[in-house]
Amino acid sequence: MIRLLLILLVAGLPLRAEEIVADLSQDRISISTNFDGSEILVFGAIKRNAPQPVGTDMAVIITVTGPRENITVRRKARRFGIWVNTDSREVNGAPSFYSVSSSIPLSRALTPAEDDRWRITTASALTAPDMTTMTDNDPEFLEALIRVNTAAGTYGTAEESVQVRDSTLFSADIALPADLTEGNYNTRIFLTRNGEVVDSYATSIYVQKVGLERWIYALANDEPILYGLLSLFIAIVAGWGASAVFRLFKN
Amino acid sequence: MQIYLPIAEVSVNAFLLLGLGGLVGILSGMFGVGGGFLMTPLLFMIGIPPAVAVATEANQIVASSFSGVLAHFKRKTVDFRMGLVLLVGGLIGAAVGVQVFAILRELGQVDLLVKLSYVLFLGVIGGLMFLESLNSIRRARSAGPAPRTVRRQRSWIHALPFKMKFRTSGLYISVIPPVIVGLLVGVLAAIMGVGGGFIMVPAMIYLLGMPTKVVVGTSLFQIIFVTAFATMLHATTNYTVDMVLAVLLLLGGVVGAQIGTRIGVKMKAEQLRILLAILVLVVSGKLALDLLIEPAELYSVGFGGQE
Repeated sequence: MIRLLLILLVAGLPLRAEEIVADLSQDRISISTNFDGSEILVFGAIKRNAPQPVGTDMAVIITVTGPRENITVRRKARRFGIWVNTDSREVNGAPSFYSVSSSIPLSRALTPAEDDRWRITTASALTAPDMTTMTDNDPEFLEALIRVNTAAGTYGTAEESVQVRDSTLFSADIALPADLTEGNYNTRIFLTRNGEVVDSYATSIYVQKVGLERWIYALANDEPILYGLLSLFIAIVAGWGASAVFRLFKN
Repeated sequence: MQIYLPIAEVSVNAFLLLGLGGLVGILSGMFGVGGGFLMTPLLFMIGIPPAVAVATEANQIVASSFSGVLAHFKRKTVDFRMGLVLLVGGLIGAAVGVQVFAILRELGQVDLLVKLSYVLFLGVIGGLMFLESLNSIRRARSAGPAPRTVRRQRSWIHALPFKMKFRTSGLYISVIPPVIVGLLVGVLAAIMGVGGGFIMVPAMIYLLGMPTKVVVGTSLFQIIFVTAFATMLHATTNYTVDMVLAVLLLLGGVVGAQIGTRIGVKMKAEQLRILLAILVLVVSGKLALDLLIEPAELYSVGFGGQE
């Protein structure tokens, strides 16, 4: 408890012993028609007012959190000989994308208490107190959510993927999948020593559909009737056009 | 070439979609079916969310049916009166179907409903078609005079009230059976993302006793309106019609259908029918296996619940 208070105190002080200075290769991602995923470079340096402490394990951890949404995790069971969704758990405000990168294995980079406080690992981020419905009482559903989303490429943990040079400069490539949701992707960078968070830095990447993608998406949601009619119009013109073209070929 | 679909929110290969459209187009041209029953499961397999696949396929069927019905207009093989009666049932059915779809989507049972419907309908229709064409091939082999199946002139259908004259079909029957057939097909169009021709055509021939030459044109005529209505409902209640996906499938499908028609002309009717029956049974069997075999991943993650 005393240690926690100390950390809070240290974090609150204007003059910290070590401070993160960071930036992103791009703070805006445009989803255009040929969008096929993207890679962001997160880079920065650690600013020190004093020589760095000796004999401690330093680590840099980077997390990227996609826009939050309400999701349902369902489990299948055999009923009357066929496999049917039976049980389900709702998760309010689960990130649509979550990635954790670290410079050394997370078990050494972060103590469980600090993970609990900052909600860094995927499991910890998903059981944050503001996400009311899924709790630690459902470890199977939580594990399944992480497993399914990791297989789909939307959740990921990449240990030792942050490069640190001379204990000062760091950089990491974060891959964003092709099926991104629009919105703000909050990026957090943590500096830890012996598993304790020394400093943190937050910024965000804005992901937005552009051009035709933007127009179609907006029309479908804002003017659904017009959008439906336009879809039908295109379909009918295409159907009519096709038979007309082939009749032309025949003659 | 990867292309990002704005509504499905996935990135897929454009040539894969064109190819799928073309392949299903060839089959639909060969067999004279819409191909929705093949396309929708294929879209599931390449990772398009089921709700988007079903809604978009409805939109695509509008195009392919429109292209098909034009030829029938010219040959005057569309029974407009029958088409309108079927349409009344179809519109009600589609409205009910979209509501059922929305409710089940919330309960997380859409996959099950869609797959069960496919297994059931495709299994039954494919099986019947297979047996029938096997019989007719055997009859052709024995070379004897084919025993003509006499259509029952008087059945319970003729005892129903609200009779109407359908001149093009040469029928004087109650409007109740066609309305019910239309209703059933409308529900299927909304839930399964199919035109429903594979149900309607046999129902028109065997149940309503319509002459074969007007059956396809009339069913296409009805399908255009029912799927157009389903598209509008999906677009306004579920926001799941993907225009880009529809256009890509269309382009492939239109070209494929023309090639398929040419191939179809060169084959014998019985051979065609038995091939179609096998195809239908394979799709049905694949979906049945998915339901019967324990899946590798028991859990799935879905959106919604409250939106």
